[in-house]
Amino acid sequence: MTALQHTTEVVDPVPGADAPHLPGQPDLVQLLTPEGERVEHPDYSLDITDEELRGLYRDLALVRRWDVEATALQRQGELGIWASLLGQEAAQVGAGRALAADDMAFPTYREHGVAWTRGVDPLHVMSLFRGVDMGGWDPVATRFNLYTVVIGAQCLHATGYAMGLQRDGAESATLAFLGDGATSQGEVNEALIWASSYAAPVVFFCQNNQYAISVPIERQSRAPLFHRAAGFGFPGVRVDGNDVLAVLAVTRAALAAAREGQGPTLIEAFTYRMGAHTSSDDPSRYRLASELEEWKLRDPIARLKAYLSRSGKADAAFFTGVDAEGDELAARLRKGTIEMPDPAGTEIFDHVYAEQTPHLAAQRAEFVAYHESFEGGHQ
Amino acid sequence: MTETLTIGKALNLGLRKALEDDAKVMLMGEDIGKLGGVFRITDGLQKDFGEDRVVDTPLAEAGILGTAVGLTMRGYRPVCEIQFDGFVFPAYNQIVTQVAKIHARSRGKLPMPIVIRIPFGGGIGAVEHHSESPEAYFAHTAGLKVVAVSNPVDAYWGIQQAIAHPDPIVFLEPKRRYWEKAKVDRDATPEPLFASRVVRGGDDLTLLAYGPMVKTALQAAQAAADEGRSLEVVDLRTISPLDLEPVYESVRRTGRCVVVHEAPLTLGLGAEIAARVTETCFHSLEAPVLRVGGYDTPYPPSKLEEEYLPDLDRVLDAVDRSMGF
Repeated sequence: MTALQHTTEVVDPVPGADAPHLPGQPDLVQLLTPEGERVEHPDYSLDITDEELRGLYRDLALVRRWDVEATALQRQGELGIWASLLGQEAAQVGAGRALAADDMAFPTYREHGVAWTRGVDPLHVMSLFRGVDMGGWDPVATRFNLYTVVIGAQCLHATGYAMGLQRDGAESATLAFLGDGATSQGEVNEALIWASSYAAPVVFFCQNNQYAISVPIERQSRAPLFHRAAGFGFPGVRVDGNDVLAVLAVTRAALAAAREGQGPTLIEAFTYRMGAHTSSDDPSRYRLASELEEWKLRDPIARLKAYLSRSGKADAAFFTGVDAEGDELAARLRKGTIEMPDPAGTEIFDHVYAEQTPHLAAQRAEFVAYHESFEGGHQ
Repeated sequence: MTETLTIGKALNLGLRKALEDDAKVMLMGEDIGKLGGVFRITDGLQKDFGEDRVVDTPLAEAGILGTAVGLTMRGYRPVCEIQFDGFVFPAYNQIVTQVAKIHARSRGKLPMPIVIRIPFGGGIGAVEHHSESPEAYFAHTAGLKVVAVSNPVDAYWGIQQAIAHPDPIVFLEPKRRYWEKAKVDRDATPEPLFASRVVRGGDDLTLLAYGPMVKTALQAAQAAADEGRSLEVVDLRTISPLDLEPVYESVRRTGRCVVVHEAPLTLGLGAEIAARVTETCFHSLEAPVLRVGGYDTPYPPSKLEEEYLPDLDRVLDAVDRSMGF
């Protein structure tokens, strides 16, 4: 082998696997198998009560019910667009439930499951996708930042916030969400550098759902994503993203290490986007139906249900109750979305600046005068 | 206390005062710590305020602005130094899509009091990317405010006012004038940040400039006076928002207006100012508003920059053309 061949040799994106998007990958931290069998892992354990387990199931089921309702509302024209989290419920709920009250989360635009765990009213997410606002929740009170649509930009915000936590001597951490596509962004790599250089208390939680819209993971990375952390000088770990228990355990450990001053961790949650990128996408153009079928066998909710049922930790009445709660939630979201009032036109001027400029105040006045010039006015 | 200061030293003292006055103020940038910045604007500040408040960052402009956003969300007031104008573009995404928009996105719940200091403009014999005037990009972006200082007094007060202001501000420093001196009274009451100022009275024509071109405009006015023409010179000081009321008042008296900037002419600040002056003072104008600027080319190699940059003669040529209408 020549030196050139040697240096350009690439690592199999997923060592040992013939097909990189299929679920059976090595190195996955797993505490609950796809069949619903509880297993132990040498590095990660989870102390969890039966009530907490049932709580996780409830989170997963209700988040999925919300997602299904939102998809339907989009199809009926009540939402402009919807970014479905179908298949990623365990990654999001597991990560979200690992956060302490004072930790701060920095989502992309698909983290509805994390929003749920932070107590964000789903209607405040729906309003964004309806086009009423840019996200109606209070990012300060909920400690859940507003959705960030420019891919990866929030990773730097999470890192900067973590630098602030360091300066304040706060025993908290930040959790930055990103996808597999975002790992190609320069800003994400800058965030990894900064976090490492300052040992900032930030955890990067990458949901590798295999596709950046249509482009598969092997176009973003020729090395497993979690291996990248080593190059930045901090730990990386790959977790079964469809195993809510493993995600919870791994994220808790990473956040604890960050709070203790050990610096960042990169978590790669290996999962699959079961639906389309958004309601405007058609995944049949770029991926095989057989791949989807493989992943259906790894459903994050079915495996927890199997475990809870088989172990007697939940009975049929519990599952019926959660289903009923889901239907109530869906009805509330449907009604709330459809009845959402349109914002006042003048709102476009009102928060551009903390201190309004004379120029914009004048433009606002022109806007009002223009609309009032019509008979009866229409704003 | 009145003393003679350069623009560079005035900025240094202004930053020092801001760091003293508010424990949340912090400086971030490349080489700003031990080195004191490539122009020494932050000289001595890390020694006195520590590495956590005067932060030598990795060499990544998007990283500087992106982490500044997060620090701001945590209650800090970062002052980011971009080493040279042409290096702001790696940070452009964070500035335009995040810094400028987060206040609106959050409907006021997340203020973004970030100051972005940029030494701007040419005339220092530098290589590519060290002589640019990117102000129009930022003035075109809602959510940002843009100011340009021209003298030590505005430098000293302006940087403190910008840091105390609740909105993000692109703070442009005229790098070729860093060593220009003036008396600064540090006990005086400063003028408002977002206000233009008539810096020389006159009756025949209104000459507008900001940043490094204010000195050029004043020199042109002096030369014109020697020929019997009386030019009124306005230092715009604030580029976004523009403060044009004093300009309108002036143009209504003089009937003529010339705008000068180093930035390329097309869609530069001069175009916007010409439009507004024409809309507002149409019946007072004796001549169209004329613009003197950089040419619509990339900034040239330094041996040609004196051909590119507006100078006294090009300003006077525009004055002649205006008077000839």
